[in-house]
Amino acid sequence: MKDYFFQDTVGKPMDRVDGRQKVTGAAKYSAEYELPNMAHAVLVGSTIARGSIKSIDTKRAENAPGVLAVLHYQNSIKVPGYVQEAHPTEPKPAGKPLQVFIDNQIHFNDQPIAVVVADTLERAMYAAKLVKVQYNVEKHATDFHQNVSKAVLPTVAKRNPKHGLNDYVRGKEDAYKTEPLKIESEYVIPTEFHNPMELQSIIAHWEADNKLTVYDKTQAVIGTQNAFAKDWGIPVQNVKVIATYVGGAFGNGLHTWPHETAAIIAAKKVNRPVKLMLTREQMFTMVGYRPHAWQKVGMSATKDGKITAITHEAIGQTSSYEEFTESTLQQTRMMYTSPNVTTRYRILPLNVSTPIWMRGPGEATGAFALECALDEMAYVIGMDPLEFRLINHTDKDPEKNLPWSTKYLKEAMQMGAEKIGWRKRQLQPGMVKNGEWLVGYGMGVGTFGANRGRAKVKATLHKDGTLVMQSATTDIGPGTGTAMVQIAAQNLGLPPEKIVFELGSSLYPPSPSQGGSATVATVGSAVHAVCQVLKKRLTSMVAGNSDTSFKGATVENLTFKDGYVSLTASPSARLSFGDILKQQNLPELEVTEESSPDASLRQKYSMYSYSVHFAEVQVHPLTGQIRVTNMVSCADAGTIINAKTAGNQMIGGAVGGIGMALTEGAIMDHRFGRYVTKDLAEYHVPVHADAPNISSLFVNKPDLINNPNGTKGIGEIAIIGVAPAIANAIFNATGKRIRELPITPDKLMMV
Amino acid sequence: MPQDKFPDQHLPEGEGGQAQHSDARRTFLKQSSLLTALALAPPAALKAAELKFEEKVAAVFEQVKVTLGINGKKQKLSIEPRTTLLDLLREQLHLTGTKKGCDYGQCGACTVHVDGQRVLSCLTLAAMADGKEITTIEGLANGDKLHPMQEAFIKHDGFQCGYCTPGQIMSAVACIKEGHADSDDEIREYMSGNICRCGAYPNIVNAIKEVKNGGHKV
Ligand code: FES
Ligand code: FES
Repeated sequence: MKDYFFQDTVGKPMDRVDGRQKVTGAAKYSAEYELPNMAHAVLVGSTIARGSIKSIDTKRAENAPGVLAVLHYQNSIKVPGYVQEAHPTEPKPAGKPLQVFIDNQIHFNDQPIAVVVADTLERAMYAAKLVKVQYNVEKHATDFHQNVSKAVLPTVAKRNPKHGLNDYVRGKEDAYKTEPLKIESEYVIPTEFHNPMELQSIIAHWEADNKLTVYDKTQAVIGTQNAFAKDWGIPVQNVKVIATYVGGAFGNGLHTWPHETAAIIAAKKVNRPVKLMLTREQMFTMVGYRPHAWQKVGMSATKDGKITAITHEAIGQTSSYEEFTESTLQQTRMMYTSPNVTTRYRILPLNVSTPIWMRGPGEATGAFALECALDEMAYVIGMDPLEFRLINHTDKDPEKNLPWSTKYLKEAMQMGAEKIGWRKRQLQPGMVKNGEWLVGYGMGVGTFGANRGRAKVKATLHKDGTLVMQSATTDIGPGTGTAMVQIAAQNLGLPPEKIVFELGSSLYPPSPSQGGSATVATVGSAVHAVCQVLKKRLTSMVAGNSDTSFKGATVENLTFKDGYVSLTASPSARLSFGDILKQQNLPELEVTEESSPDASLRQKYSMYSYSVHFAEVQVHPLTGQIRVTNMVSCADAGTIINAKTAGNQMIGGAVGGIGMALTEGAIMDHRFGRYVTKDLAEYHVPVHADAPNISSLFVNKPDLINNPNGTKGIGEIAIIGVAPAIANAIFNATGKRIRELPITPDKLMMV
Repeated sequence: MPQDKFPDQHLPEGEGGQAQHSDARRTFLKQSSLLTALALAPPAALKAAELKFEEKVAAVFEQVKVTLGINGKKQKLSIEPRTTLLDLLREQLHLTGTKKGCDYGQCGACTVHVDGQRVLSCLTLAAMADGKEITTIEGLANGDKLHPMQEAFIKHDGFQCGYCTPGQIMSAVACIKEGHADSDDEIREYMSGNICRCGAYPNIVNAIKEVKNGGHKV
């Protein structure tokens, strides 16, 4: 850290502020708090996909040692606010989230239907197996392809003709159909699961009858606080939510789930703190997933590479009780110059649980189809796919007809092409070899809205010269605290060692959920604001000093550096922040600032982050084994606050994309509507051996229209466009175009 | 001792075996040894027996005494035979640095060292570790001085959320000791039992290489 003992910390590869906690095991995740007299809860899931509970026999479970309660729809405490319409922090979807233990209806297989509470985990696990349930079975529909004709326009779109999920036509509808040079292809992605390494868990503790504390795995501290306050009809300030460390989430912690309420019910019933940790199987059924999707892209282009039309259709899976939607088709509407663009989005309700946004939600799905189609189109006209994309690059948003706040995608493309050695790529597939292996190169572009929300940060400058900031944001892995410390160090002129950023508690000033790649833009702006106010306060303090050396000082003619204020013109007169407070007889200086995006600017500009991913793969022609041998991921994500953590995020997205492309996919036994792939031995997330060297490169130019730190988000664009880059590289290696993920050797060998 | 009455207690659990195994044990108890048991039974068991709660009768006898060395300290414990080393560490000893990522030996988050070897604590019954030396992530550093692998993970940012990290580090230390860190590919192969969903793999490989090549004692 010594190297960064200067104010210009932004951009530096500073070590994480919580690194030591994480490598020593001291970091406490939600299931790891020690509370007196804690009981353990285990959920029982349904074994049918649709129908109702005929009878539930809990006698043996209740008589098992250590069992404190077995709760289900017949004997559960009724959650007073369980008429909740939706997740309160989110735009209202049609239908409603699953309410736990409310009636005997079964909507999906492994739906939580009972909770067993015991004094030890082993006893709760054992007793959970003794609960016997009989069902009235109804015929379920879980097979996407068999039911695809039942897909519908989402209700939000039906209700509001202006809603973005409605059909979209720019120019002429389906114009590609009558063009001479065209492609038309269908793409499928299976259901994929977030599977963060930390199992979803919660400790629920009723500190008083109307006072609830939860240690909860969530990306949304305030959202969770509001949801539980509403559920239980208690004042918001009576609910405390702690999520200091979150062991990954990738979207599945964006709203509350039935298991959380089950634990809260249990804690109320047994009048003890209750810990509930899902099993790995339950992570596949109880906390959402990236929905199975079918897509079709039609595209036409001129011989010299101008796209003339794109039609992109998508159908995404949802549950029977709640409509889940995502912006699968957004990239198609704004990324390329095509004068004619048509998009149609539908959802397909099935007897499965409701999906939830998973890293690069929608866009990652859509980009797989769009960016593969682009590669197919370029091949038809015999053009290099990089050149094809450059020709169709847009200098303003063709959908909204607005200028971009910033867009440096071309630079990113050039950096990446150089680094991967794109020159080695041959137009014709199968031309490059490494011994027996066929070598191929592919690329894919990603984009995601450069979102920014409203956040509040409280900062306390102490007379020992240290600064403590607090905000109710979270860190699911990107390094939120580290980035905030660097932003404050830069803006206040204080060494990062003297700054602490506290997060993950509802006791701190509100921040939105960590989602939509918006945290640094949102919370970072509030940190920026709080630092400006602190500087002003310090300035007026020194200017008004009896010691007149700072007379007439303004923020502009002062230098803030290394924790000292000095006159820029005569730096010898300087005072430490701490001494300034001491002179005022102040033990500390406290400032709370809120920052929101400028709505009028947001109407004048279109704001997106961009990524481009390059993959080199090797495919064995006899076995179909696929190895990603090199990856380069480049981003135009505005100012990079921390080269190390930002680079790591890009790498992580690339690894996630490798999983999407090559290994991940749910398989369901439709006779029972139950997943076959429901643990990490059957559902394959990438392991060390699947991950090659991955380089991440940043354009690193600020977007000051977006926010004062000039940042744009990274989390989503890190994965959006990776899967098509790999699929395209496989085509370049083999001449085989696999349009259904994951691309496994059997699929490759069968073509 | 009571546990002698249950000769199957050290059997590994089979596929989905917990319920069957325990069921069998309880049936055995009911059929053949309830009378013997009652002769020696503490009052709690008698009361349970009166109420015909066979489960509760069984519970009274189901404790195994073990002595484990944990991070250099001897601990005498009385545990249920079905308790895994992972749950013992996390739930009873509050050593939560060892993580549960699956409970089925599929993710590596629970990796600890047992007598110097890397072991998945979720697949190890605590009773099987009787008399053994266990090192968890909490015992890796030398007081305030971090182990070189911990330093290297910080320097190379070998993690994001940090949840897989204790397991990765314990595995990485063992990987070098085993002599399985001679190339990037070898490291990747021998670390493949430790999943990082955040995908920090390349950084983890770099951290391991640095420790290996730096000639640090691991
Ligand atoms: S928890 Fe032991 S391997 Fe996953
Ligand atoms: S750091 Fe999050 S799973 Fe590895």
